[in-house]
Amino acid sequence: MTNYQTKFGSLQDFDKGRVEIVDDDPKNYVFSNVFEVASTSAPYERVAVAKNFEYVIEAVRAEGTSGWYSADHDEFALCMDGVIEVHLVKLDEPVAPVGHQGAVALEADPDGRKMGRLVLKRGHMGLLPRGSAYRFHAGQPAAMMIQTIQGDVTVQKWAEICQTAA
Amino acid sequence: MAMLESAANATPRSSGADLVRHTKILPPDNVNGYQAFEAGSFQFKRDEYFARITWPGGSHVIAVDYFLRALMRDIAWGFFYGTVNFDSVFGTTNHYGEVTMFAGLYNDAFKAAGRDFSERFPSDVLMPLFKSMIGDWTNAGYDPFAAPMETGGPWGRKNGANDDAVERARVTAARMVGLPGDTPVRTDQNGFPVNRMFSDVPQDAPLVEIEPGFENEVGAFNLFGYLSRSDVTWNPSVCSVVGESLFCPTSEEFILPVDHGNDRCEWFVVLTDEIVWDVKDKETGKNRARVIMKAGDVSCMPADIRHTGYADKRSMLLVWENASPKIPELIQNGLAPVVSVSF
Repeated sequence: MTNYQTKFGSLQDFDKGRVEIVDDDPKNYVFSNVFEVASTSAPYERVAVAKNFEYVIEAVRAEGTSGWYSADHDEFALCMDGVIEVHLVKLDEPVAPVGHQGAVALEADPDGRKMGRLVLKRGHMGLLPRGSAYRFHAGQPAAMMIQTIQGDVTVQKWAEICQTAA
Repeated sequence: MAMLESAANATPRSSGADLVRHTKILPPDNVNGYQAFEAGSFQFKRDEYFARITWPGGSHVIAVDYFLRALMRDIAWGFFYGTVNFDSVFGTTNHYGEVTMFAGLYNDAFKAAGRDFSERFPSDVLMPLFKSMIGDWTNAGYDPFAAPMETGGPWGRKNGANDDAVERARVTAARMVGLPGDTPVRTDQNGFPVNRMFSDVPQDAPLVEIEPGFENEVGAFNLFGYLSRSDVTWNPSVCSVVGESLFCPTSEEFILPVDHGNDRCEWFVVLTDEIVWDVKDKETGKNRARVIMKAGDVSCMPADIRHTGYADKRSMLLVWENASPKIPELIQNGLAPVVSVSF
C-alpha cells in the first residue's frame, strides 16, 4: 500500500505557488502565502491576506509575548506552524466599544477573571471569544491565521505581499 | 459550498419573469430501470453510461459519473453562490429563492447562434426533483461525494440505491466545531476514520484549560485532524463563524466536479498539499488563468469568472465565504465588487 505524505507549510519550509496568466491581471487574484507574509512581518503584526467586504483573514508571526487584544465579536486563531499559547481573560469592563469591528489593542494588562488557556499546535483552531482579552505567546517563531473583521490593528500592505507580475 | 440558512432561504428577488413550476417524475425505463424527470421544458433520462438532457430545440449528453457528482454538489450546496456549470453547456444559476436552469447560456457558441435555452424555477420546486433524481440514479455502492478510488462505479442498469450517501446532512457549525452543543469533532467512534491519504496527519487535541464558568467560551479543536477524517470531497462545511464570515474547509481529491461561476469574490487558502485551478471567463468560458496553490497560499477568485480545481494527493482547502444577505442585492444592482482588493 502506498504511503502518502501530506505536505504542510512552515516558516522554515514553504513552497509558494503562483498565478499563471492566460489573459488577465494577476493582481485580480490577490495571491500571497501565509508563511511568506509571517516570515517577513514583525512579531504580532496582523497582516491582512484576505479581505471580503469588512471581513479579513490576518496572517501573524507569533514570537515572544504579544500585547493584549479584545474585540466585540468572536475571532478565531488557526495555528499554521509552531506552538502558540493563548491566554484568555474575561474583562470586567469591555474595551472594544459595542459594535466596534475588529480587534483593539489594550494599553495595559486587562482587569478581569482568568478564563483559561489554549495551547495550539499546527492545525489547531481556537476561539477568541467576544468580550474577552487575549494575548499570545510563542517560545519559538510560529505562524497563525486569524479570522476576524478589519479593525484598528489590521495591517494592509497588499502590493508588498501579493503577486503583481504575470 | 456552504451557505448560512439565511442566505440559502433568502426571500426571492423577483425577476419579473414567469416562473416555471412544472416538474414530473416519469415511470422507470423498461430497459435500464431508471426513472426519467421533467422540469419545465427540460427532460432528463439516464442509461448505462450517460445522462441525456433535452429541451425545446436541443439536447445534450453528459457521462453519468460526471453528471451525478455535479448534481450532488448542486443539491448539497443549495444551488450555491452564482452558477453551477455541470459542464460547458448545462447548469443552474442561483437567484437565492429562485433558480435558472440553462443550456448553453454561458457557452459562446450557443449564445452566438441564439441556441441557448433557460427557464427559471422557484428553488423549492426544482430542488425536490433534483433530490429524487440523485436518489433514483445513484446505484448501490456508488457515492457521488467520494473520490473515484474510494467508491464503486455508477455505471450499468438500475441496481439498488445509496440513500445514506446522497442524503448526508450538511455540516454547519453555529460558532465553532467542538464547542458544547455545536457540531462535534470527528472520531473513529462516530464514524469518521482517518482518510488513507491523511494517515500522517497528527490527531492530537489542543490543550484547553478552562476556568469554571467559561465552558462555553473557551475551546479549541484540531481542524487538520477534523479535515483528515472527512468522508467527502469538494464539499466544504462551516467550521467557524464570525458574523457572516464563514470558514468552510474541505478535503479535495480528483476534480471539482463543476465549473463554479462566481457571482461574488471567493477566497481559497490551501492548508496542505496542492490544488490547481483552471479559471475561465464566467460568460464566455475563455481561459483567463491557472492558479497553482500550495500549502499556505491564499488567493481570491474574482466575481466574473468560473473555475474548477484539480488535486492529485488529497488536499485540505479552506474556502472562505461571505454569506451576507446584502450581497445578492448588490449583485442584482451591479454593485458587488468584481475583485476583493484593489492595489
